[in-house]
Amino acid sequence: MKLNLDTDKIARCRECASDIADEVMKGVERVTTTAIERTVLRLVGVDGVDSAGVPLPNVLVDMLREAGRLGDGAACHMGRAVAATGLSPQAIADKAAAGELDFASFDDVEDDRARAVLEDAIEASLARIEANAAKRCELIEKLDPGTEPLIYVIVATGNIYEDVGQAQSAARSGADIIAVIRSTAQSLLDYVPYGATTEGFGGTFATQENFRIMRKALDEVSLETGRYIRLVNYCSGLCMPEIAAMGAMERLDMMLNDSMYGILFRDINMKRTFADQHFSRMLNAYAGITINTGEDNYLTTSDAYEEAHIVLASQFINEALAYRSGLPDEQIGLGHAFEIDPATTNGFLYEVAQAQMARDIFPNKPLKYMPPTKYMTGDIFKGYLMNGMFNLAGVMTGQSIQLLGMLTEAVHTPHIHDRYLAIRNAKYVFNNARNLGEEITFKPGGIVESRAQQVLNKATTTLEQARETGLMAAIEDGVFAGISRTPDGGRGLDGVVERNPEYWNPFAEEIPARLTRGGRCSSCRK
Amino acid sequence: MPKVDLERVRPYGDTLDDGKVQLAFSLPLRYGPEAKEAARQLAMKMGFEDVDVVSAHDLGGPFTFFVVYGKCVHSVDVTQLHIPKVEVEQMDYFQINDFIRDKLGRKITVVAACTGSDAHTVGIDAIINMKGYAGEYGLERYPWFRAYNLGAQVPNETLVARAIETGADAILVSQIVTQKNVHIANLTRLVDLVEAEGIRDDVLLICGGPRISHELALELGFDAGFGPGTLPSHVAAYIAQELVRKEHRTSARLTEER
Repeated sequence: MKLNLDTDKIARCRECASDIADEVMKGVERVTTTAIERTVLRLVGVDGVDSAGVPLPNVLVDMLREAGRLGDGAACHMGRAVAATGLSPQAIADKAAAGELDFASFDDVEDDRARAVLEDAIEASLARIEANAAKRCELIEKLDPGTEPLIYVIVATGNIYEDVGQAQSAARSGADIIAVIRSTAQSLLDYVPYGATTEGFGGTFATQENFRIMRKALDEVSLETGRYIRLVNYCSGLCMPEIAAMGAMERLDMMLNDSMYGILFRDINMKRTFADQHFSRMLNAYAGITINTGEDNYLTTSDAYEEAHIVLASQFINEALAYRSGLPDEQIGLGHAFEIDPATTNGFLYEVAQAQMARDIFPNKPLKYMPPTKYMTGDIFKGYLMNGMFNLAGVMTGQSIQLLGMLTEAVHTPHIHDRYLAIRNAKYVFNNARNLGEEITFKPGGIVESRAQQVLNKATTTLEQARETGLMAAIEDGVFAGISRTPDGGRGLDGVVERNPEYWNPFAEEIPARLTRGGRCSSCRK
Repeated sequence: MPKVDLERVRPYGDTLDDGKVQLAFSLPLRYGPEAKEAARQLAMKMGFEDVDVVSAHDLGGPFTFFVVYGKCVHSVDVTQLHIPKVEVEQMDYFQINDFIRDKLGRKITVVAACTGSDAHTVGIDAIINMKGYAGEYGLERYPWFRAYNLGAQVPNETLVARAIETGADAILVSQIVTQKNVHIANLTRLVDLVEAEGIRDDVLLICGGPRISHELALELGFDAGFGPGTLPSHVAAYIAQELVRKEHRTSARLTEER
């Protein structure tokens, strides 16, 4: 550790977060959600849309919900339907959508038989995901894996084909990671749009076809540049696990996946979010996908100096919940941000304190560092310098994933040269100060060390209180970002149902077993 | 320094009327001499003389980025400009609260939201939330304001319903996402809705955001628009003063009718 932090306090934070996560998991294990069951259907091979454009997984899950049978698990009914009709899951979905078959009506089939007939589909799906994880490892081994901090940029034209050009250009300029930001309202859609899309607002819809198009484009440019270019999308909103499944099937490499983001910032019901994040992270874990948590978001609504401890408290909670989904350290990208008011005297020192503290407390995790946004004004010249300071803090504190700031933040979604200038800025600073961190020791009891200890102390108090009240009550009290949400408020509660005793989710059973089996490589388990 | 001719104002570099302008743009062309010449000719068509492509960068694939200097041959007659501005006398937190107490004698109710698909609350939070922005308190902190911040992605219908329910004096809308002009459609819908509900005369309609100007706001049927750099006190002072003006107009009309 570079900062002489109180290790007892760190241990205490982990202990509290662990208890908080256990309490959350009790609720998670009692329920399932429409999104989880749609995901199961996708994983056994259901895809496509009906004549009205409604995705078939939604059609089937809605049938079960209307029949009051969702608590059995969609796999249970799919197994019965396959056993009774001899059709494939996709054919059953097509027929159900055409009104030729009632999906919830095959009650005569024995459970054992229903499970047995789905075995091949389940195995094929898991094999595909595993093959993707292995393919990623193979490519990373063959190509240059990149040097940390990895350079992460966003494309967001709304048109996937336009995104491809911008993403490839960014990769050629030096980007290691490309995120295709989603259309602004997608997190509130209770379905995943279908097919290639060319119209979006502030971003491009996350669809499986768009994932495939971008993966192919990035594989091309990976071979061309000799570096493995990673692809990111967003497991947030009402379709967390479905997006996770699609990402697993199309070999995405990272997924935004925060345990509380949807609750706080999208007003999605907390029971729904906790259940969805758990299953989605399980899929991320199995696919070797690195999650990125969203602590940066707290600082866009709260003051980055005053609320810094909330970022740390949330990192501990995200860590504890990620472990419960089977994610290894290497795949837990905890988030934080460089958002202190640039007018603050010694603001840079406080930023370094926060970033170094995160590095010291989470040594084996790929920390995701987010750029200044809140105090970006359209003054692109000052903004470019702020991004340079952010990059300096990133390289000197050993951050893993650096989401580059854009000089035109607060003006428009990035133009092609905004991204290029950001990459040049980062490459210059990273290279020019490459080993600065190794040369630095912090003055004992100085501004940086005292600040980090102060943040740790306050995070400990926050976590102790949240353990006392439970996480749901803490959220209700507005502990996180000053936003209050209630257990029965928010969007998507109608998609949460109690599990029946015969509930079956083959993936939630099989994946944890396979994850613990391990292997030489933590992300592909080969 | 020689006197500026306000009828013919040109960009200033280091000498009056030198017309110096810096430009940065990309062309969908492979890096090379042809791309640089294309950039130069394009700048000349934009109305620049002595064009100098000082820097050209290969963006990879068929894209090149340029930094260009030129002398702008055009000028603007500033004496002929008419810019609508929000009519407001600047006041601080204490002056605003005293003003409301003395001139209005009642609390002012405002409802605020980011509407439509917009999830970016940073602007509305800066104006409304207790903590405020840049060292200024937000409206929630003002004892003479009753402020409701409904947050992000609020449907216009919900916002209007809350305005009616709370008897709001003002509706504040923040729009940050402006890609493909989505904010224009959304703001227009709000005006239509307020008119349909028959409360247009009862509320001040105010919008704000990085791409919002007062002129645009008026065009869309709002009472005022606030752009980047707006502080909570600007909005608070405007609302307070406009409500007092409104009350005067109303009482004058009532006197006339009587």
